[in-house]
Amino acid sequence: MPITKEKDLLATYAENTWCPGCGNFGLLAAVKKVLKEFREKNELHRLVMVSGIGCHAKIVDYVPVNSFYSIHGRVLPVAWGIKLAHPELTVIGHAGDGDAYGEGLAHLIFAAKRNTDLTFIVHNNSVYGLTTGQFTPTSPKGFKGRSTPKGSPETPINPIELLLASGATFVARGYVGKLEHLANLIREAIRHRGFAFIDVLQPCYTFFNTYEFYNQHVKEISPEHDSRDFSAAMELALKWSYSFEAEEIPIGIFYQTEKPVYEDAVIVPEKKVDLGEHFRHYHL
Amino acid sequence: MGKRIAKEVSIAIAEAVKQCKVDVIAAYPITPQTHIVEHLSELVASGELDAEYVTVESEHSAMSACLGSVATGARTFTSTSAQGLALMHEILFIAPALRLPVVMVVANRALSAPISIWNDHSDIMAERDIGWIQTFAENGQEAVDLVYHAFRVAEDRRVMFPFIVNIDGFNLSHMIEPIELPDQELVDQYLPPFKPKYKLDPRKPISMGPVGIPEIYIEAKKAQDEAFKNAYKVVVKAWDEFERIFGRRYNPVETYRMEDAEVALLIMGSLAETAMTAVDKMREAGKKVGLVRIRLWRPFPLKDFVKAVKGVKMLAVIDRALSIGATGGPVAVEARSALYQVPGRPRVVNFIAGLGGRDVTVEDFEEMADKAYFYMKKKPKEPYEMIGVKE
Repeated sequence: MPITKEKDLLATYAENTWCPGCGNFGLLAAVKKVLKEFREKNELHRLVMVSGIGCHAKIVDYVPVNSFYSIHGRVLPVAWGIKLAHPELTVIGHAGDGDAYGEGLAHLIFAAKRNTDLTFIVHNNSVYGLTTGQFTPTSPKGFKGRSTPKGSPETPINPIELLLASGATFVARGYVGKLEHLANLIREAIRHRGFAFIDVLQPCYTFFNTYEFYNQHVKEISPEHDSRDFSAAMELALKWSYSFEAEEIPIGIFYQTEKPVYEDAVIVPEKKVDLGEHFRHYHL
Repeated sequence: MGKRIAKEVSIAIAEAVKQCKVDVIAAYPITPQTHIVEHLSELVASGELDAEYVTVESEHSAMSACLGSVATGARTFTSTSAQGLALMHEILFIAPALRLPVVMVVANRALSAPISIWNDHSDIMAERDIGWIQTFAENGQEAVDLVYHAFRVAEDRRVMFPFIVNIDGFNLSHMIEPIELPDQELVDQYLPPFKPKYKLDPRKPISMGPVGIPEIYIEAKKAQDEAFKNAYKVVVKAWDEFERIFGRRYNPVETYRMEDAEVALLIMGSLAETAMTAVDKMREAGKKVGLVRIRLWRPFPLKDFVKAVKGVKMLAVIDRALSIGATGGPVAVEARSALYQVPGRPRVVNFIAGLGGRDVTVEDFEEMADKAYFYMKKKPKEPYEMIGVKE
């Protein structure tokens, strides 16, 4: 019996230009698993993707959904604008670690603070791939990249710890080498009402190949972990500090809680609000 | 003198910056500038350059860090392109107003959207009015020479203005060219140590960047404007001195085969070499065509420019950037304005070419010169036109 490949109904005409072995392929496959469900329900048109600048950003070319290819660091403000104007849409932001934790860091903290109903997927390879191999905010201390030949003197950002501290309502970590697990995280993140954040560990095969390291150390969070327990989540977050000394790297949902979302708080009220007191106080 | 060695232009620029003995480099990676600062990071790491190299988190931070550094009296360098330059925008105005002489190489690249990593001048033309001295290089040797010149002029106490050396992204930054790096002694002779009159010094406290209330703001800007105009003389003198030490001559406006020219092409940057080939071909065919290149873009060398185009009937300005909604590209608008008061001025036609990395060939330049001849007889319908647009 001849083996036939199933036709990829989520393919586009864009030629894929990621390097062979790129971690983005795993992420794309996980995203497609979730998009397939949208497609089957005929709801693909209700989804918008926003990307930044970097290798990750090409993902919007490879899936047949509405998308906005924004600039470096500014994925979240664009996604936020889309969501506020059209709260009925599912909005997914993709960013690299340079995008999300470097130039766009302020936006990330504010997205968590405001709790807008968005899903934000960070393609975290701890290196600037598109500019060919420089140090990023999550490169491990001592990382010898093209702009840090002697090794980076800085301690990396731990995005899980940061997002917990910023008040995010859904904080998760995935790994491109665990496809089903990652697809499930994305599914849960979309289902979550509020700002859902996934830091996805992703090797850069060309400039920072971390497959072996992650394969050895990544471990799914035990089902006994109570993701509603903030202290337990923080303890788990601090188990690995994005260094290359790791006993285990927990992946899964660290924390999930419910808080009012921003768009509900700013909705235009049906009745006029009485601002008399405000005017008396602030206007001469 | 040093030897002529084949080098990637970006690497040669980094070597020149090393010879200028910079103290601080703060930069963020962006194509096509990255090789310059990467090589500097290598020179720092290997101990060949005694400097601090700061890997900041954005270009906005890079320029801010540069201002902090130069304010303490440290010789400071950075480099960027396109979106990175645009992100620096608000800080770029502050550097000259505070008289902080940072030197920056901009590998010129198109601005988004559409996303383009390729060469044109839209990034730098958006920063035309920031008050930095700006020069344009045409080839690798010029790029290197203009770096020494930039430090020398910027840090001169009569100047004290930040300086941008423009090089075309990829067309120049990634080329491998024979380049002569001078001996260190000559560089030291040309470039004295940086000794600013005012700096942040705990022993003599001063405050930089306070508020300019309406009673003094305009006076502060007038002082800045006057000082900037006066910088012109130092720019030229520093080129005289450059010729004396290194043997190569640079001028605010360069001309090529302009004797008896009726049509002159005007361009800035690396495409001028292609234009020269076109001029040679046209001269062989008996057409009186010459070439004018503006090397010093800011402060604009008005007198040199007027002199360079004297006697020309048609001046064809080739812009590498659009100024959407204006009456022409940024260089053409400048040229028309400069010539307006000049009796017997040439007529100016404007072509926009080579946006977003589109090649501009010898034939394209010939076509533009031919069009200029045609427009001598018949006035063009539009104030500018784009060359090489696919229908």
